[in-house]
Amino acid sequence: MTTKSRTRFSLALDILNHGGLLIVALIFLFPFFWMVTNAVRSNAEVMAYPVRILPHVFEWDNFAKAWTQLPFGRFFFNSLFVASSVTVITVIVSCLSGYAFARLKFPGRDALLMAYLGTLMVPAIMLIIPLFLIVNSLGMVNTFQGVILPVAFGTFGAFLMRQFFLSIPMELEEAARIDGASRLRILVSIIVPLSMPAIGLLSLFTFIGQWNNFLWPLIVMTGSDNATLPVGLTYFQTQQGTQWNFIMAGAALSMLPGVFLAILLQKLIYNSIALNAGMGGR
Amino acid sequence: MAAIEDVSGPTSRTRSRWGSRLDRREGRTAFFFLLPGLIGMVLFLVVPIIASVVLSFTNWKLLGTPQFVGISNYVRLFTADPQFWPVLRNTLFFTAEYLVLNIVISLGLAVWISSLKMGQRWFRVVFFLPTFTPGIAVAIVWMLIFAPGGFFDFIMRSVSIAMPSMLTDQTLAMQAIIIVSLWAGVGYNTVLFNAALDMVPQSYLEAARIDGANAWQRFWKIRLPLISPTLFFGTVMTAITSLQVFDQIYVMTRGGPGNATATLGYAIYQRGFQNFQMGYASTIAWVMFAMIMALTAVQFWLQRKWVHYDN
Repeated sequence: MTTKSRTRFSLALDILNHGGLLIVALIFLFPFFWMVTNAVRSNAEVMAYPVRILPHVFEWDNFAKAWTQLPFGRFFFNSLFVASSVTVITVIVSCLSGYAFARLKFPGRDALLMAYLGTLMVPAIMLIIPLFLIVNSLGMVNTFQGVILPVAFGTFGAFLMRQFFLSIPMELEEAARIDGASRLRILVSIIVPLSMPAIGLLSLFTFIGQWNNFLWPLIVMTGSDNATLPVGLTYFQTQQGTQWNFIMAGAALSMLPGVFLAILLQKLIYNSIALNAGMGGR
Repeated sequence: MAAIEDVSGPTSRTRSRWGSRLDRREGRTAFFFLLPGLIGMVLFLVVPIIASVVLSFTNWKLLGTPQFVGISNYVRLFTADPQFWPVLRNTLFFTAEYLVLNIVISLGLAVWISSLKMGQRWFRVVFFLPTFTPGIAVAIVWMLIFAPGGFFDFIMRSVSIAMPSMLTDQTLAMQAIIIVSLWAGVGYNTVLFNAALDMVPQSYLEAARIDGANAWQRFWKIRLPLISPTLFFGTVMTAITSLQVFDQIYVMTRGGPGNATATLGYAIYQRGFQNFQMGYASTIAWVMFAMIMALTAVQFWLQRKWVHYDN
């Protein structure tokens, strides 16, 4: 009898526990809800008081209008191009350097690796001014290469790939070396296919980091045609009669890839963060 | 050693420094593999770091020729610039409040999530979502929420709390920035701490339970010490990023009202790209770097008091 009532009690506690966090989570999600429901109402209703929780009329074509009129469609593709280019360059450069650090002997290797790690300590915002001056002197202000190149050579990727390559057994490439395959050949056809988890992780975090990046494209993209989505979003802020509904549609658009990837790749993200949690313990 | 070198001549010397011919070929391969990364690193990391130091001792204003002015930028910053101390105070205020709240909230959420019997991964995803979205978009959405006559005002008025509009009030504006930053930033640490809690061996908790420790004691005496290295890691990383806060401030307040939310990150942008004082802005950047280093050093010093490592 007592055990029965006890299990009933702990079941009630469990339900309360889950329900409580569910309420917290729903409150936490409110800004997403507010963004989407304000994107699909008329601008007059966005500004109206008292505030209505749900739109009077759902104007779904606001998304289409924001895409073509503002032009968030163009900004979307600019962002996509910048983030993808940085990701591709970062992955290629990191695999090459990571392989050299993991598998090749050369003088000063450990010192160079330490230097690579040391640069990770330098906060990005500090280099903004000299980087802009370099881009300026190369004549690359307001160009895509000006936005892409300076952020595509982060040293973290080289370190990440080195760590992963070290975990691949030597024997796998020794056979290929005896057959006379070049190092590049070995990297491309043996090591890279085995390293897809690490490459995926590097690509994911590089892509999202660049997709969300604001300060650097804000400074380099001085013309509105080449703006990325975060920069484009701020253009319509100061204009008279701010079209809040369209801006909310644009904000929703800019959040789409991140939300989608966070849900789709939750396991990969969790595992990579768990790796950090584990390393913090060492 | 010298005797051996005498006997076998230069080949051995090469061998001892470079290894065999095979190794030399490997060195050449390594050079070509490293070249793209090295060019990028030198051009976009090493040169900028050096340039930043040099710039901070000049008065370069983008147009015209830079003049070497010694340490006068630094002197001006600390003694003559009326905006610097408020900016420094705002940055420290933001970092202190944001850091404490971030760690407390994310640890609380992590513990709560780990106590669940089901749906753990979905709760993790919910709190993580803002981490993967552009900070600018987040700030713009919250700006609408905090706008005069917006949702936040509406809620406050419906529960009869009279308060000024968040973003235009001298003291509340910073609180608004902190709320937005927390919403955007607790997710990463929540997942990080949750992952650390998952790694605490169940047998430890079971043993403590048998010994009569209640949930409260198990948390403070076993789980918290065991995840303290991860807690330390999260605290250090969060402190470093919060000293650089920029996006939210650019969108929501532009440093205002007055100077109330102007931080070091915003000051660098303002001086560098609105006033084009490249030299002076670099000086502020180095002050920020010094603060990041100092705060990190303090945390490493403090960790001896509260972080437990396995051996």
